Amino acid sequence: MIAALLVMIVLALLLGLVLGYSALRFKVEGDPLVDKIDAILPQTQCGQCGYPGCKPYATAIASGEADINQCPPGGEPGMRALADLLGVEPKPLNAEHGEPKPKSTAVIDENLCIGCTLCIQACPVDAILGAAKHMHTVIASECTGCELCVAPCPVDCISMVPIPEKVSNWKWRYPVIELKQVA
Amino acid sequence: MISTLFKFHGGVHPPEHKLESAATPIVEVPLPQRLVLPLRQHVGNVPKLQVAVGDHVLKGQLLAIADGMISASVHAPTSGTIVSIDEQLIPHASGLPDLCITLQADGEDRWVEHRALEYRDLPKAAVLEALRAGGVVGLGGATFPSHVKLREDAQHPVRTLILNGAECEPYITCDDRLMRERADQIVRGIEIMQYLLGAERCVVGIEDNKPEAAQAMRDACRLSSIPIEVATVPTLYPGGGAKQLIKVLTGLEVPSGKLPTEIGVQCFNVATAYTVHRFIHHGEPVISRVVTVTGKVARPGNFEVPLGMSIAELVQAAGGAAPESTGFVMGGPMMGFNLPSAEVPVVKATNCIIASAPDLFPPLPPAMPCIRCARCADACPVNLQPQELYWFAKSSNLEKARDYHLFDCIECGCCSYVCPSRIPLVQYYRYAKSEILAADKAKQAADLARERNEFRLARIEREKQERAAKHAQKAAGAKADVAGDEAKKAAIAAAMARAQAQKAEVVPQNTADLPPAVQEEIAGIDARREAVNEEKQEN
Ligand code: SF4
Ligand code: SF4
Ligand code: SF4
Repeated sequence: MIAALLVMIVLALLLGLVLGYSALRFKVEGDPLVDKIDAILPQTQCGQCGYPGCKPYATAIASGEADINQCPPGGEPGMRALADLLGVEPKPLNAEHGEPKPKSTAVIDENLCIGCTLCIQACPVDAILGAAKHMHTVIASECTGCELCVAPCPVDCISMVPIPEKVSNWKWRYPVIELKQVA
Repeated sequence: MISTLFKFHGGVHPPEHKLESAATPIVEVPLPQRLVLPLRQHVGNVPKLQVAVGDHVLKGQLLAIADGMISASVHAPTSGTIVSIDEQLIPHASGLPDLCITLQADGEDRWVEHRALEYRDLPKAAVLEALRAGGVVGLGGATFPSHVKLREDAQHPVRTLILNGAECEPYITCDDRLMRERADQIVRGIEIMQYLLGAERCVVGIEDNKPEAAQAMRDACRLSSIPIEVATVPTLYPGGGAKQLIKVLTGLEVPSGKLPTEIGVQCFNVATAYTVHRFIHHGEPVISRVVTVTGKVARPGNFEVPLGMSIAELVQAAGGAAPESTGFVMGGPMMGFNLPSAEVPVVKATNCIIASAPDLFPPLPPAMPCIRCARCADACPVNLQPQELYWFAKSSNLEKARDYHLFDCIECGCCSYVCPSRIPLVQYYRYAKSEILAADKAKQAADLARERNEFRLARIEREKQERAAKHAQKAAGAKADVAGDEAKKAAIAAAMARAQAQKAEVVPQNTADLPPAVQEEIAGIDARREAVNEEKQEN
């Protein structure tokens, strides 16, 4: 009896030591949950969720401050992925934060641009190229379509153009088939 | 010499319809006037344009050069003038236009200077580079650049080289005719491939419904400098799938998501071997291919067609389409797709054109719910669970579909073929696959955006700190040299004094020689101005 007790105590102490040691030794840098949430968010950095970017929104979700249905660019699939990750019920997107739109990129009308650099300062991913008093242009492959550059432009020369469907980005459609009516 | 054969899982026996087109020899079609050459004719990067509108080019001249490792060049199929470079309809399931070069033939069909390659005297890397420039891609339908597959890989040496002459898809007979008529040239190509890969064993797999082709290949292989086996495999669709043929010939299974090289096997289509031979021994890049034209046409058969010829013209060469024909299918009935128009050009992937009609391919009856009979699972050559995949794809549960090895599906259509509920299963898999690939791409873009956003935030933070540091330095500096300031102030005062003195010395030139009356007037004005200035200062 005593022996059994002793064995259990020694075992408990040993395991405790191992656990304590590994907690220190394999400490994870940063907040893994925030990173996991951030990995799901589309990184548009548009701020439609009400936070200044995707990472801040991820932080807010992790702390329970924000809901999972505030990201329009992520849309329904993004919300589902978040629900899946956090183990909560999926819910419809909150229309207050905007509607999902087809993915677009910003295009600067290069004849109108006055080179004021305001759009450069607004772009969260440095996708606009230009210098003071020189015409600016958008690097389409890096533009996330956040629309943040549209409002600051004093001459309204930035427009959002939906990405056209090409052979390179074409997708097979969901099959539309008639189902036989079962009487 | 025929070794034991193995069996792959599943498979179906659709009606073959091969006799219609297999009976007559390959016919060379008359040279068309206009050729439309899409830049994207292969898997991989779009090649870079090398010509401009108005250029005159010779037959075999490079029009667009391979860009990057996985890419292939495009060449002029005949001599003529480039009349436009623009977006035109291409033979693609999307029915969307893509960038094409349009060549107006001058009728001379004059070759650019070209010569054979002494491949055994060159380093292997140089031969592969040449193949890349020669536009050699897999002609079985996948159009993957061949030079990538012919690279020797120290980690996965290729022991067995398999040549695919199975041609399992119904209606198609282009490889059959090619093997019957040009077996010796295919064998020359196999020799080059064997040399490049250093393979110990070469096997040509041919389905047993093509005895003439098998015999021709056997005769040609006997004359070869290397031992090449010819194996007739049972006719069973899709026995010409690379992984299925490998299983039948070697008994080895290619693991899920892996390449055949991982088990020491590499597989090429016989037509690819033929083009390798044409390029290495004759210097001819891939500018034409053999195409089966069958279905509702007057004279079904096989044709040697320059790339870029329109399907409509090609069908004319086969006697024209029957009046009841409603459209054209590219590829076979199992894996092919409907062409968006008859004006699209023949490309490297065009192995077969079928003039379709409702009695040939009756429209699918309406689908019924899945009854979980599992016939699809029995027929699937990859041993997947099509009914589960269907369920996940239908409900857009894409991650789950991926977990059930959706990407191992070869889209052979066996499952749809046997399904008693007539569910178009493959359409669901294609949908799911392209959704997943698009999501993966979006994820990559998001990762890039995250990186750029983080970089920007870090930069802004750094600039802020730098500015703060500068301010701090300035403030500290101001205090440090008060003494210096005194000296500076003295210097400034001295400079100002000098300027004053200079000003005083200068006499306004234009007032010097004026009559006394005017002088007086000026003096008066000056006095008034002085008075006003003083007044201002007092205020
Ligand atoms: S260019 Fe405009 S729309 Fe595109 S990422 Fe930058 S700010 Fe957003
Ligand atoms: S064959 Fe058709 S009905 Fe049968 S299990 Fe497969 S999908 Fe369902
Ligand atoms: S299409 Fe895919 S799931 Fe269906 S039988 Fe062929 S490999 Fe299997």
